[in-house]
Amino acid sequence: MTSDELARKDGRKHDEILLSIRNLNKYYGNVLAVDDTNLDIRQGEIFALLGASGSGKSTLLRMLAGFEVPSSGSIMLHGNDIAHLPPNERPFNMMFQSYALFPHMSVEKNIAYGLKHDGMSKDEIHDRVQSMLKLVHMEKYASRKPHQLSGGQRQRVALVRSLAKHPKLLLLDEPMGALDKKLRTEMQLEVVDIIERVGVTCVMVTHDQEEAMTMADRIAIMDEGQIQQIGSPVDIYESPMNRMVAEFIGSVNVFESEIVDDQENYMVLRSPDVESDIFVGRGVSSAVDDKSMLFALRPEKTFISMDRPDKDKNVTRGVVEDIAYLGGHTVYYVKLPSGKIVHCFLANTERRAERPDWEQDVWVYWQDDAGMVMRS
Amino acid sequence: MNTYPTLKKFVPQGRYTLMAAPFLWLGIFFLLPFLFVAKISVAEGALAIPPYTALIEWLDGVLNIRVSFYNFQWLLDDPLYIQAYWNSIKMAFWSTVYCLLIGYPMAYAIAKAPKDKQTVLLLLVLLPSWTSFLIRVYAWMGLLKNNGLINNALMWLGVINEPIQMLNTNFAVYIGVVYSYLPFMVLPLYANLVKHDNSLLEAAADLGAGHIKRFFTVTFPLSMNGVIAGSMLVFIPVVGEYVIPELLGGTETIMIGKVLWQEFFNNRDWPVASALALIMVLILLVPIGLFHRIQNKEGGL
Repeated sequence: MTSDELARKDGRKHDEILLSIRNLNKYYGNVLAVDDTNLDIRQGEIFALLGASGSGKSTLLRMLAGFEVPSSGSIMLHGNDIAHLPPNERPFNMMFQSYALFPHMSVEKNIAYGLKHDGMSKDEIHDRVQSMLKLVHMEKYASRKPHQLSGGQRQRVALVRSLAKHPKLLLLDEPMGALDKKLRTEMQLEVVDIIERVGVTCVMVTHDQEEAMTMADRIAIMDEGQIQQIGSPVDIYESPMNRMVAEFIGSVNVFESEIVDDQENYMVLRSPDVESDIFVGRGVSSAVDDKSMLFALRPEKTFISMDRPDKDKNVTRGVVEDIAYLGGHTVYYVKLPSGKIVHCFLANTERRAERPDWEQDVWVYWQDDAGMVMRS
Repeated sequence: MNTYPTLKKFVPQGRYTLMAAPFLWLGIFFLLPFLFVAKISVAEGALAIPPYTALIEWLDGVLNIRVSFYNFQWLLDDPLYIQAYWNSIKMAFWSTVYCLLIGYPMAYAIAKAPKDKQTVLLLLVLLPSWTSFLIRVYAWMGLLKNNGLINNALMWLGVINEPIQMLNTNFAVYIGVVYSYLPFMVLPLYANLVKHDNSLLEAAADLGAGHIKRFFTVTFPLSMNGVIAGSMLVFIPVVGEYVIPELLGGTETIMIGKVLWQEFFNNRDWPVASALALIMVLILLVPIGLFHRIQNKEGGL
């Protein structure tokens, strides 16, 4: 193992910036697909662009690959602006959603395709192809054609084809999009493992939040051409910056509320939907006159009880409107007196325990630090 | 119908009826006439109506079956016929090559054009075939003859002093054939090229290939089916082409279609003419068989 690889094993350190995207815009006619985007990709990280379809994430990725020319802005790699370089002159390689394996070439030739343009000798190419095949345990399939492979095998070939040239940046477009759910979970971990072993920096695009959270070190949430928030999976989930991010990742109950008391280490909110005061166990600097706040509560951080809990804050009455038993947990749709429906998860830790039933009066409550507050 | 199970047997089943239709068509309009031709080819010429001897004859209580291979021997002995076959194949081969060289860029351009313009461009390729084939070949005579449009224009421009002999040469035949058969090359190629997955080209570009390399390593190999289909659609009919060499060709253009005509109508030698036609079909079976095999192989993809 080289010292480089050892350093990686010690914990991936992503301090050095590989790629800087500055004020990047992309118009299609009058439609702004990517809106004044700024982004730094750090050396060695797996970075996910996460968003719904039409959020601009694919356009951004295609601009990195060189398939789309930005309307304005720059993409800086080692101090050079590569925004207008054609794809065949960029040291980046992409794994396509459809894999885009050449159907008329064997696995071996597919992997060697990019190497032939680099002036490598026949032996070097052969060695590189072999090491790539070894990486994904596909040595036996070298002479197969893509249509003779299973979905997972095709993906492995597509992955090593895009790694064969040792790109500075690996781009993954919806990497698991063409796989069924079970294979997807398996491949997510395998792909991450390979990427980390090779040590390549990676930018991926996905609409699947689970995939982004499983694979990526950092995630950017995109909406309407803009990056809403960049952070680790935990940051994005537990501290969303706005309602869009909170609602995009996982499910969430959002209460429109007003600040009643705002102190250094706690704050009290009041919402028309919640009968008691909402007590937030940390201060939020809000030196603004605007007193309105959004209080967001993840369903798994709520408790549901048939008896009134011994609390006078963070508790509210409701009626069970609907129940969805999902095996691992059950989702209760509780209707509050105001008419608002709150989602509550109840982990099924006991088999056939006594549970609230349809139309039953229940109490919903939560801990002081369970909720999140945001401005918009 | 369930009440009459025995009747049901006699009611044709939808699937078989559907399958029978093309077979019936081929049987009546191809196989039967072909068998007639085959039968005549092993007869001998005679001064009679029809002008050949019967294959099976009942004479004084003796059943005579005469199968004569004399016609085939005759064809193989006379260099004129072999020359005619060779010329036809050569002519068909080069016409196919020219059609491919002109048709491929056309099909490629149409397939790459914006979706809404593709229909218009395809229509432009097909539009000439809305007028009679014969009229279009006659039109070429008007263009190519010594005092035709092209010669007159060139003389008016001062490029040449006296007309170039174009009509009644192989050159004119090539022009006529390539012009007439170009749509048969363009359409299957277009149908193939338009289905190509653009992400393959993007992948090739991503892996470092420039425009030319992308074309020759991805687009062209993947369009091979279209190339073969188009080539067959041009090559096979051109081998037997009669009208174009007759109208545009000269004495140097000895093609099998023309020889066939002469044998049938000038020499009234039906058996030799039939033998000629039979050998031509046999020659064409080779590329057709190859085509079929390749298609079956690709079908497994």
